[in-house]
Amino acid sequence: MKFCTVILSALVAAVSHAGEIPSAERRSGYEFMSRETRAMQDDEVTGPAVLWLLDGEALWGKLGCAGCHGDAKASMKGVAARYPALVDGKLVSLEQQVRHKAAPLPSSLAYESRELLALTAYVARQSHGMPIQVNEKTKPLMDRGKDFFHRRQGQLNLACAQCHDDNWGKKLAGNTIPQAHPTGYPIYRLEWQTVGSLARRFRNCLTGMRAELYAPGSPEFVELELYLMWRARGMKLESPAVRP
Amino acid sequence: MARVVVNVPAEAKRGEVIEIRTLAGHPMETGFRRTQLGELIPRDIIRSLVCTYNGVEVFRADFHPAMAANPLLTFTTVAAESGTLEFRWTGDNGFSATQTAAIKVL
Repeated sequence: MKFCTVILSALVAAVSHAGEIPSAERRSGYEFMSRETRAMQDDEVTGPAVLWLLDGEALWGKLGCAGCHGDAKASMKGVAARYPALVDGKLVSLEQQVRHKAAPLPSSLAYESRELLALTAYVARQSHGMPIQVNEKTKPLMDRGKDFFHRRQGQLNLACAQCHDDNWGKKLAGNTIPQAHPTGYPIYRLEWQTVGSLARRFRNCLTGMRAELYAPGSPEFVELELYLMWRARGMKLESPAVRP
Repeated sequence: MARVVVNVPAEAKRGEVIEIRTLAGHPMETGFRRTQLGELIPRDIIRSLVCTYNGVEVFRADFHPAMAANPLLTFTTVAAESGTLEFRWTGDNGFSATQTAAIKVL
């Protein structure tokens, strides 16, 4: 009996999670991409996400954001690097904060709408190349996100960590498994042929795991985003990035 | 209004080969996809891009289904004289977009 337990615990140790990725081994999804896809992201004039940035810049004026915040290039510098953040005691993602003035008008700036993605991309772009920071005061909420990341769920009984902590760099079908650092959201994803949010990406993964899907902006997703940002702390923001 | 972006060098030497990049915001719906209810989504694509340089056509491209959304097209021409390059995209459902860029030839 004792012998069995020893074998079992040895097995568990072998297959159980390898733990958090050390900072020296952290890789942005950019580093797993082909030369051609990198070129799309690096093209600051005719890259695909430029279309959304131009829309976002126009919306910044049209929706009256400039009335309070002035020039986004100055006022929004560094903002995206510290979201999700606590606003009035409530954890909000960058997208939720961007739509704060539109809240009475749910028809405008709906989640996954072109307008919200464009405006969020434009705001996030102002923090390009800046290191991701997370406020330590959010620790209790971050722990909930961490629990989500390590919890087995869905019909396939998988946890996020099993792919993104333990098996990154290996292949899942034809695709390289990335480390799941949300350094470039909203992203222009070639599979989507458009710009999408991190919530949409979460829903992709959860669909593959045959797990419960949460709504964009739900506390579960914002807490998971917070944990992933903490996990990617210090990495440079690339928003809006291109991913395959 | 459709959003289009072009990248043309502001200055070039006479006779130099210049690279022109064009990006057009468009869904490029193929016409082969169906909705979840099985209805065919009608085709909606850009059909052509024409580039004229001081009124002379220097590049033309025909687009077809199964080209990616937001197509980026790169081509080259010879810098002949100072002037303007005009780009015109046309497509299904009356899609039309134009853009101009100035070039100075030294």
